[in-house]
Amino acid sequence: MMGARRTTAVAAARAAGLASRVLGRGGGTALPGLIATALDRDIIRDLALQLPCGSAMVSGTNGKTTTSRLLAGIVERAGYRAVRNQSGSNLERGLASTLVQEADFLGRLPATRRALGVFEVDEAALPDVLRAIVPRTLLLLDLFRDQLDRYGEVATVAVAWSAALRGLSRDTVIAANADDPLVATVAESGVGPVTYFGIASAERVGTVPEHASDVKACPRCGGPVIYDRVFLGHLGHYRCSACGFSRPRPEVTAREVQLHGVHGSDFTLCLPAHELVISFPLPGMYNVYNAVGAAAAAHTLGVAPGDIRAGLEAATAAFGRMEPIDIAGKRALLALAKNPAGLNEVLRTVVESAGPAHLLMMLNDNVADGRDVSWIWDADIEMLAGAIASVVFSGSRADDMALRFKYSGVLDGAGGPEWDVCKDTRDAVERASRLVSPGETLFIVPTYTAMLDVRQVLADMGYVRPYWEE
Amino acid sequence: MVPVLNLVHLYPGLLNLYGDRGNIITLKQRMAWRNMELRVHQVGLGEDFPDVPVDLLFMGGDQDREQVVVVDDLRERLAGRLSALVDDGVPFLAVCGSYQLLQRYYHPARGPDLIGLGIFDAHTVHPGPDVARCVGNIVARWDLGTIVGFENHGGRTYLEGDTAPLARVVAGFGNNGQDGTEGARVHNVFGTYIHGSLLPKNPAFADLLLRLALDRRFRDIELSPLDDSLEEAARRSAIARTAS
Ligand SMILES: [Zn+2]
Repeated sequence: MMGARRTTAVAAARAAGLASRVLGRGGGTALPGLIATALDRDIIRDLALQLPCGSAMVSGTNGKTTTSRLLAGIVERAGYRAVRNQSGSNLERGLASTLVQEADFLGRLPATRRALGVFEVDEAALPDVLRAIVPRTLLLLDLFRDQLDRYGEVATVAVAWSAALRGLSRDTVIAANADDPLVATVAESGVGPVTYFGIASAERVGTVPEHASDVKACPRCGGPVIYDRVFLGHLGHYRCSACGFSRPRPEVTAREVQLHGVHGSDFTLCLPAHELVISFPLPGMYNVYNAVGAAAAAHTLGVAPGDIRAGLEAATAAFGRMEPIDIAGKRALLALAKNPAGLNEVLRTVVESAGPAHLLMMLNDNVADGRDVSWIWDADIEMLAGAIASVVFSGSRADDMALRFKYSGVLDGAGGPEWDVCKDTRDAVERASRLVSPGETLFIVPTYTAMLDVRQVLADMGYVRPYWEE
Repeated sequence: MVPVLNLVHLYPGLLNLYGDRGNIITLKQRMAWRNMELRVHQVGLGEDFPDVPVDLLFMGGDQDREQVVVVDDLRERLAGRLSALVDDGVPFLAVCGSYQLLQRYYHPARGPDLIGLGIFDAHTVHPGPDVARCVGNIVARWDLGTIVGFENHGGRTYLEGDTAPLARVVAGFGNNGQDGTEGARVHNVFGTYIHGSLLPKNPAFADLLLRLALDRRFRDIELSPLDDSLEEAARRSAIARTAS
């Protein structure tokens, strides 16, 4: 039953979204949700309950936006209409905004369309969101160190996830990353069925977790964890030498992963009864994890293998995730990096790209970035030695990033890159793009609020559309 | 012959959360830029000290879970060797979680008390998971001027007896957010809650540790000045962000 209060909340929120878009402020993504949740606290649950095909949720530290975008692309090929919370406004408010946009003025969602919610959920907000909405599939990607000042330690998030999963029924299928010991431990604490996914084999493989690793001891017993294969950060094939805890056997895997720099990758996707050779356009090992995760979630929703392949092969970069931009004829890629594991993966793509690379590093320390910038010391900047032609530092903590580069030795020597500190974003974009010659690539690597900032500047300069038009 | 110092990094695999690696990189580079060498030896759980003269000791910070894993190994196997090195004047830097392990005891939010090495006459109490952590940019004053960095700790540390604080808090929480003290220093052992990373943005602190180590080993080596203008710029922006 929709009361007058619901109608008012939906109407006010829709009007606010429309108004803020017309005025060109804030993208209209968060405000309607703020208004709707303020006027009617149960709105998310009530609207989500009406989604005729239910919902799938994607959570984790890295890759939520890209993976939910991949999953939406796949399910749309299977005839669903994906209802997404876009533009990274991935908290409760963003969900409310999305659902309100779908509703009519009486607060009803039309039952005729095969609407399926595909929601990306902030890892810290997941327990609260799960109390409001019960998804058909919950995709758990990874847990990395991210914004310790805001979320606390990685282990704290894992404990909160475990408690939330114990509250779910058997109606929710968990799709979990077998290669992340923290996620695998969490997945086992639920009561519902679990479909594990992971990477089986790849060209690029190590045996030691990265410096940035967040798993130093067995999440179950505290004993030493041994890795046979490491694909990224602490993701790989592991076992505990004390209690016998080991990587669960995944049902959905990528094998023989071959990375081709900024041009994406090739791999064989193994589903329970099918093997598909995938030519995947998004770069880096992290995006292979996103692809296999999306495939596993789609599989639990009953999507056919052909639709999964078509969806993955048609993937385009999400907002600010290796997003190509033309700056007056010069090629730029905008690549968000907000924690050590994410930055390492972006830098690896820079190193693997052909030809001289240029960098614009943008480090902010606002609340949404994390006030603590110490994480930059755990990223492996050293790998850039000899690989970059120039680097410009910008953002509120530009000097900290410049200092990190200085101590990495990357700036040293006669053959070192040209470098500069430009605090102002527009100055920095102009300075960085002047250093790029035709045929070369500028990698713009911002933290979260720096990405919003640089995107606004690029829009003002006429190189990208404002994000709320996407 | 290039002068060489040997640094032992304790439990690098387990205790490394808040950019502790930046402290090691800083010591290494500030030696290299002066045509000297810092060799880093890692000692993990159950491992023995390397067979080299030890000039510097470092231990980083981490989560409570890792502290529990480390504390028994530290007390049962390494305590004797460490206290001999400390008595001998070896500079020792312990950040956050390991600062707590060098105290008499740590009373965590959950689980039994951890009995530490007692190098510092001090103890730490975690007020419980519902009490706000001490998180934010911090600025403190000490003999060598200003220390800047970031702190993020649940435990509150109380100095006892005549234990001297490392510094006085100008902005931030420090040991417990009440008495204005930050960290502790006994002999050449330095304990602190400041990461962020500590040494890259506090080159005077890095050089103090190196000078103490060089004086013990060589007596006649001066530390030549370096161009610290980027370090100074980073310090200024950290202080500016503390106010915001
Ligand atoms: Zn174990």
